Amino acid sequence: MNNESKKYIGKNVLRFEDDRLLSGKGVYTSDLNFPDQLHLCFLRSDTAHGKIISINKDKAEKLKGIHGIYTHEDFKDVPPIKSPSRMKNYYATNQNILCVDKVRYVGEPIAVIVADNRYIAEDAIELVEVEIENLEPVINVKDSIKSNSAILHNEIKSNTILERTFNKGDIKFERDEKVLSVKNNFTMTRKSPVSMETRSYVCNIDKINDALTLYSSSQVPGVIKDALCQFLKIPGNKLNVVAPDVGGGFGGKASLYPEEIITALLCQKFKRPIKWTSDRFEDLMSTSQGFEEIMEVELFFKSSGDFIGLFGNIFGDVGSYSIYPWTAALEPMQVAGFLQGPYKIDNFNVNVKCVVTNKPPTGPYRGVGRPAAVFAIERLIDIASKKLKIDPAKLRLQNMIDKKDFPYKIGSGIVWDKAGFKNCLKSALKIIKYKKFKKINNKNNKNWIGIGIASYGELTGIGSKISVAPGMPLNTGTETGIIEIDSTGSISATFGIASHGQGLETTLAQIIAEMLGARPEDIKINQGNTSFIKHGTGTYASRSAAIAGSVAIKSSKKLKQQIIKVASHIFETNKKNIHVNEGFIFEKNTNKKISFHELARAVYSDMETLPIKLRKPLIALETYDPIFGATTTATHIAVVEIDSETYKIKIKDYVVSEDCGKVINPMIVDGQVHGGVAQGIGAALYEELKYDESGQLQTATLADYLLPTTCEVPNIKIEHIEKFLPDNLGKFKGMGEGGTIGSVAAIANAVSNAISHLNIEITELPISRDKLYNLIKSGAK
Amino acid sequence: MINKFKIETIVNDKKYTKIIEPRLLASDFIRDNLNLTGTHVGCEHGVCGSCTIKIDGVTSRSCLKFAVQLHGKKVETVESLNSNPQKMLILKTFKKFHALQCGFCTPGFLITVDELIENEKFQSEKEIRKALSGNLCRCTGYENIIKAVLELIKIRNKK
Repeated sequence: MNNESKKYIGKNVLRFEDDRLLSGKGVYTSDLNFPDQLHLCFLRSDTAHGKIISINKDKAEKLKGIHGIYTHEDFKDVPPIKSPSRMKNYYATNQNILCVDKVRYVGEPIAVIVADNRYIAEDAIELVEVEIENLEPVINVKDSIKSNSAILHNEIKSNTILERTFNKGDIKFERDEKVLSVKNNFTMTRKSPVSMETRSYVCNIDKINDALTLYSSSQVPGVIKDALCQFLKIPGNKLNVVAPDVGGGFGGKASLYPEEIITALLCQKFKRPIKWTSDRFEDLMSTSQGFEEIMEVELFFKSSGDFIGLFGNIFGDVGSYSIYPWTAALEPMQVAGFLQGPYKIDNFNVNVKCVVTNKPPTGPYRGVGRPAAVFAIERLIDIASKKLKIDPAKLRLQNMIDKKDFPYKIGSGIVWDKAGFKNCLKSALKIIKYKKFKKINNKNNKNWIGIGIASYGELTGIGSKISVAPGMPLNTGTETGIIEIDSTGSISATFGIASHGQGLETTLAQIIAEMLGARPEDIKINQGNTSFIKHGTGTYASRSAAIAGSVAIKSSKKLKQQIIKVASHIFETNKKNIHVNEGFIFEKNTNKKISFHELARAVYSDMETLPIKLRKPLIALETYDPIFGATTTATHIAVVEIDSETYKIKIKDYVVSEDCGKVINPMIVDGQVHGGVAQGIGAALYEELKYDESGQLQTATLADYLLPTTCEVPNIKIEHIEKFLPDNLGKFKGMGEGGTIGSVAAIANAVSNAISHLNIEITELPISRDKLYNLIKSGAK
Repeated sequence: MINKFKIETIVNDKKYTKIIEPRLLASDFIRDNLNLTGTHVGCEHGVCGSCTIKIDGVTSRSCLKFAVQLHGKKVETVESLNSNPQKMLILKTFKKFHALQCGFCTPGFLITVDELIENEKFQSEKEIRKALSGNLCRCTGYENIIKAVLELIKIRNKK
């Protein structure tokens, strides 16, 4: 990128999305209604593990307003969802769009009802009789790996569907009396992404062209389109997947779901528009869930505090199926992948098991693997610092990878480069005024104060050499950007991404305006629509600003060359005399000036100004692949106060010092940090999908699954470190997930610090008030 | 066979006469029968606040009301804010402070904020946080929403 003073990149441009969203004119999938539309409702399993004996739909089918009730029998030729991977020791599961013979989690779709409206469809559900013979439910991971456990997928013969060990250095290094260690078992419980908009799909048919349009509340319309063409047995030019305004995703809308396949199949069958919108109950039990692992980890170090080794066993509870397209590898493998964090540790040995249970499939959720990994390693470091009697901040700095060590390959094979690890930590310590917390002694206080630090490294904006999930045969590393000026002089830019709250219609316009010499408000960003672009995936894995932003630069540069070429002919001057600014083209040192509109007229319409060879459409289409990824980092510091009588935990202060490379729009970056931290607060203190021993979800409403409200999320002090710029064209790093990655551990450390006088360590999240009460009451470690 | 009811209601200053089933939720009525899709449905059990509307000037969760309960009432939805210059200030201020991301919960917040600007005397951040704790947002972490409301209260108090 050139180094002219930045007009739009780095500026707080107000969002172009906002006017429609604020006036109630946003169009979310469930806002769409088409004439002659039918509605779906799913009959779901109420049993976690069982054999379907019979389904009797006779009574239900007779109900007025019912157009059909379908089970697997009616979709016999539809193959199961199977998520492939090149990883060794991986077994893909067969997930049928409607249960065949067996149910594997409470909430799994058994039948679908087509009706005039949702009310009637729900009436019919009550009349369908399903007989299920209970099989032994497999609910927790440690039971599931036992040799005598019931098996979920008979064709696989084991509940461990993937296992891998990461090794580096000497795993048998000498352990004499000078080598110390701390060891603990950490538990990260299951979460729900809970986007405020539940999943929704509307499929419409264009009868003239026999083509379908699926409107989907998806983060990944490109992935969905490619997959759906296989299920529908139609070519890509007969299917368009559109993600209109999408009400948050956080990973929960980044996978392929049976409901969207069925919506499209039934639209094909009925040749009528078909709509399904999930209710919150269904959302909590059928949208992909997040995290859930047990991490048995040990950190070895010298008495000087220098880290030597990190060993561990990760048990990932992936739920009943290996989710498409991310596979069961995604979450647990990332725990191992990022466990080492930003620290120098020569010897690394971590085994990961991905294990199925009778719970809904897990999938991506903001942070993926890293919130759990950072929780484990950052907790271990604090425990080590107590053992060593070295200040936790000092111990981190002592072991942190320095800029002179870059590029640094960690134990899992990930390479850190160009990241301000130490800068972020030092900056956060300064902002929180760390020194003043050193004298805290809570022993005789009514309110216990605690401070917790968490530093992490994250790989974002990753190119084609690195899969989002290891072994996944899907290219998520490239992005195509088309920028064009039409006959009226207006600018459109088209990408394969799918914005769902990130404000990409604004940030990408800022970048293009900067590069092209236009005004951001004049640039229309097209995204979230597979008919616009030949290949795209969507928005996930903190990729869109970094990769789409980079291709925006590449395409803009090419288009600008074309603009300059044409303008230099019009002005009869040398190309280097052309200057483009705010949508006008100038000849330097003269008063000659034309608008983009006039330029477009010359190119497309007037037939006289330009020779034929210059009358080519003003379009630039480029593809960009950063090949590898960018290292994003941050340090979070939380200060908590615990009421020693009620065990209420309040976050008193919170700092994030983060390095996301070049900041495109500080206001939007801060917003992402705020939201990410809020989700981390939820994960650390409140949120848990609880399943009982029979596999019933105990937290199936938002009154049971508790999200942080205005009273639980504090104001956050944010510092941006823009000193370590990555190799991609825009020098951007992804930053959508970092808020969640750092906050979980920072809060866990702060709570542990606040109760350190009781000699209790926090090892399981969330640390709810009742859990804290029980911990303190039992005096257990 | 379900008996249908005829209801008359004024929504955003427009009079509607509709024949509906008694079990129809007010939220579905507003969205599907009146095509005012700015009111969003986030949980259908009264927790998230996305479906908040005003009934006779008082905020209410439309997912916890039946449409028949709107009979003879004056209803305001998020679409009404755009046509009132004073209320447009709420929208502008939300934009200025980046108080929305995906925008799904936003209509519920806007209606709630409209009510508290009009009726509540308080001004501290703590009081605002408490007043808005019945509306869930998963994107913003609330900080910018609180800042926007503080600004709106400041402007109101100057008048």
